[in-house]
Amino acid sequence: MEDGRIRVTRRDVLRGAGAAALVGAVAAGQEPAAPPAKGLARVGPGAVRVPFTLNGAAAEVSVEPRVTLLDALRDRLDLTGTKRICDHGACGGCTVFLDGKPVNSCLVLAVDVSGREVTTIEGLAKGDDLHPVQAAFVKHDAAMCGFCTPGMVMSCAALLSVTKNPTEEQIRRAVAGNLCRCGTYPHVFAAVREAGGGRGADGGAGEAAR
Amino acid sequence: MSELRLGFPDNERKADVEIPPGTPPPWDLSTDHKVVGREHTRLDAVAKVTGRAKYSYDIRFKDLIYAKFLRSPHAHAKVKRVDLANAKAMKGVLYTESYEGETVRYAGQHVAGVAAESEEILDDALRAIVVEYDVLPCVTTVEEASNEGAPGVIEGRGNLEAGREQGNLKRVQDAHDEADIVVDAEYRTQVQTHSCLETHGSVCRWDGGKLTVWSSTQSTFAVRDGMARTFGIPQSDVTVITEHMGGGFGSKFGPDAWDQFCARAARATQRPCRAMLDRREEHLAGNRPDSIQKCRFSVKKDGTLMGAEVRSQGTSGNATGGANVYNPGIYRFRAAYSKQDTVLTHASSGRAFRAPGHPQGVFALEGMIDELAEAIGMDPLELRRKNDPNPVRLKEYEIGAKEIGWHRRKKSGSDAGPVKRGLGMASARWGHNARPGAEVRCTIGRDGSVILANGSQDIGTGTRTVIGLVGAEELGLGLDDVEVRLGNTNDPYGHGSGGSVTTPSITPPTRAAAFEAKRELLRHVAAAVGGDPDAMDLKDGKVTGAPRELTFKQACGMLAVDQVTALGRMEQKPGGGGHLYPPFTGEVAGVQFAEVEVDTRTGVVRVVKVVAVQDCGLVIDPLTARSQIHGGVIQGISYALFEERILDRRTGDQVNADFLGYKIAGALDMPEIVSIPFSVSQGMTTTGVSSLGEPPTVPTSGAIGNAVANALGVRIRSLPITPAKVLAALGGVR
Repeated sequence: MEDGRIRVTRRDVLRGAGAAALVGAVAAGQEPAAPPAKGLARVGPGAVRVPFTLNGAAAEVSVEPRVTLLDALRDRLDLTGTKRICDHGACGGCTVFLDGKPVNSCLVLAVDVSGREVTTIEGLAKGDDLHPVQAAFVKHDAAMCGFCTPGMVMSCAALLSVTKNPTEEQIRRAVAGNLCRCGTYPHVFAAVREAGGGRGADGGAGEAAR
Repeated sequence: MSELRLGFPDNERKADVEIPPGTPPPWDLSTDHKVVGREHTRLDAVAKVTGRAKYSYDIRFKDLIYAKFLRSPHAHAKVKRVDLANAKAMKGVLYTESYEGETVRYAGQHVAGVAAESEEILDDALRAIVVEYDVLPCVTTVEEASNEGAPGVIEGRGNLEAGREQGNLKRVQDAHDEADIVVDAEYRTQVQTHSCLETHGSVCRWDGGKLTVWSSTQSTFAVRDGMARTFGIPQSDVTVITEHMGGGFGSKFGPDAWDQFCARAARATQRPCRAMLDRREEHLAGNRPDSIQKCRFSVKKDGTLMGAEVRSQGTSGNATGGANVYNPGIYRFRAAYSKQDTVLTHASSGRAFRAPGHPQGVFALEGMIDELAEAIGMDPLELRRKNDPNPVRLKEYEIGAKEIGWHRRKKSGSDAGPVKRGLGMASARWGHNARPGAEVRCTIGRDGSVILANGSQDIGTGTRTVIGLVGAEELGLGLDDVEVRLGNTNDPYGHGSGGSVTTPSITPPTRAAAFEAKRELLRHVAAAVGGDPDAMDLKDGKVTGAPRELTFKQACGMLAVDQVTALGRMEQKPGGGGHLYPPFTGEVAGVQFAEVEVDTRTGVVRVVKVVAVQDCGLVIDPLTARSQIHGGVIQGISYALFEERILDRRTGDQVNADFLGYKIAGALDMPEIVSIPFSVSQGMTTTGVSSLGEPPTVPTSGAIGNAVANALGVRIRSLPITPAKVLAALGGVR
């Protein structure tokens, strides 16, 4: 338990599909289906209204408790930049920020973001001004088919938000959970080195290549 | 007659050629390119890094519905009964299909289908379907399927599909007799799945009798034609759109069963429908067949390669054929022979996978070359040089050996300490796959806007950017001055992206279209300001050879029509068939060198560095070309060390159909990779561009295999080279 919330894993909820699921935050206007345990509300199995902050603006989505944040973003809110690739936390393609920290949105239930802050790839650039990571990805050709790219960009932006001028080792660790099938990794490393301030920006694989 | 300068600076050959009237003079070593051959970022890079790029998976409509198959848990069974009643009774279930009575030939074959209002309802409905099976015995490996009395995969035929026999066995046996050393060895490679990040599938929408398909495909036109056949409607009633595509690697030339099902559901409900595979299903949608290659190679003590004899078997699952390997090849043998069989098993079908047959064949071939070198005590690089007929590759050996520091290579197994280093190398050979038939439309507007349009797709290889660069070069403009429209079958025909045909085949039509539109524009300019239009050209955003200074924009303003449009094709020899110009070698050549570190205590192989030197004819954009080579190498590392589809031998079910158990190379596995695109003037077409997509993934596993053998002094002849195999090969050795 943390912040008064009980963490319900997606698996538990999916297993209980059709039955009521336990969630910590009571969604506005939702009647509890059964007497709550201490500090908890029982919601579902029907749709639950989830108010939250999305890319800096107030948003709301109405979903069953079993719906992941990823599916809510893509199929309810039309934010398709976040990709569904493995759908079980193995590839990082669905990385978004939850309260400023990178998470796999396929492993977060939408009901669990009630009252919290979500940033997706669509919210990273300020209008036409690309985030430094995005600009460096463009320059270093760090996107080929581009399907892993939004998740990769989010992981790299998260790294730079806490580590200025990261080493190559730190960059590799930051994207260790982001799979790319086309093989953009060396270009990603070069891009993030540059975006981070250029430590060793000319020593890596992307640059050494000619 | 004009003189064409072919080859590369160290090895140039001149050819006298006739340039057919109305065609652009071919690019060669003398051409001074302004934008081609220089680094440019991709035209769609910003869309991709911002999440704005729309893939088929991302196409949404307010009334979109979702479709999915229910799949068999058994590899071999009769579908006795499919009970859809419970599913149909659910609110939000809109359409169902049953495949009752069919025979299941692999675990995961579809037995029923549902379309529903939401994915959650879809999940519930699929779970509510009751299927009764007559479960039958299955075979999942080449060995089992070949046993006497093994269950048959396809009624009425045996499991062994005896494949083609090439070469003269008697001559090979004579060569062995004449040789000093004969080496026998068996090599094995595994089944690899494509693991595209965007899964297969499509979104289908009917508007009356017309069908639009947003398809994750490598061939928009194949999907169009397939859908037209499926529904018995004219091709003109089908539009296929693929603006961006999340990886195919040979597995996406559909329409597939799920696409057709999706379109049927959309038609029945009169609502747009999406059917995208989930990750587990994606592992069923194609694979690189495995192989068992029994090799007998021979050599003379002076390093002359003598006989090469290969008998291979592999399984392409329930597909007949497709398990051929490229072995022997590349090098000059006195005589070569191969016999290649495909064995049917109860597994999902193989599909073309980036250089079909080559990585598996070359892993064995290059291993054998190193084994011969070892046997006669010759440096493996020296043995290759001595027997390699390709002048490009001979140069690439030199470049690669210097970059990796080949002189540091020690006697195999002689590195001291528990963590041993080793160096290895391997080569690739590919065709110059420029195929006629693709067309590009170039439109120049009176305001100076330029549109280059083609209906095929960019699968991540940079096709959109390549078309833009070639068009801009011909028009004397920059990449930002042209707009490229790609991925809609209402635009001119383009080939499927397979066989590495795309860039060699799309650049000549692009040039031809821009050239023809330019000639037309200049005729309008001459009509307006005088002068000889044939003496004019477009350079650096200006008209050259006109009576007065004119920018490109001013010239366009002189059009007496609203716009000029030209359709470009790949020019062929007048009077039919064949390329316009002679080739330099007519093939592409690549070499790779790998350095590895093997921990003899844990068996873990770490690739330290890979050097890849790859010819692709004329390089259009070194930045995206390097990306392609890097990508090939990285997939090759993944194939060499990690990937393997594992089937439960009893049920035929894949036990690692996800990204946790099926490992693809990640950031922490990356070595230093030095990719060197090697530009060669190949001739043949007006651009001299050759194939690049597939060849760079061919030699990597061979080079790593040889490096591991060099490090350990023991050879592992089976992919992937896992820690368990390393430890087993070492036995008690430390």
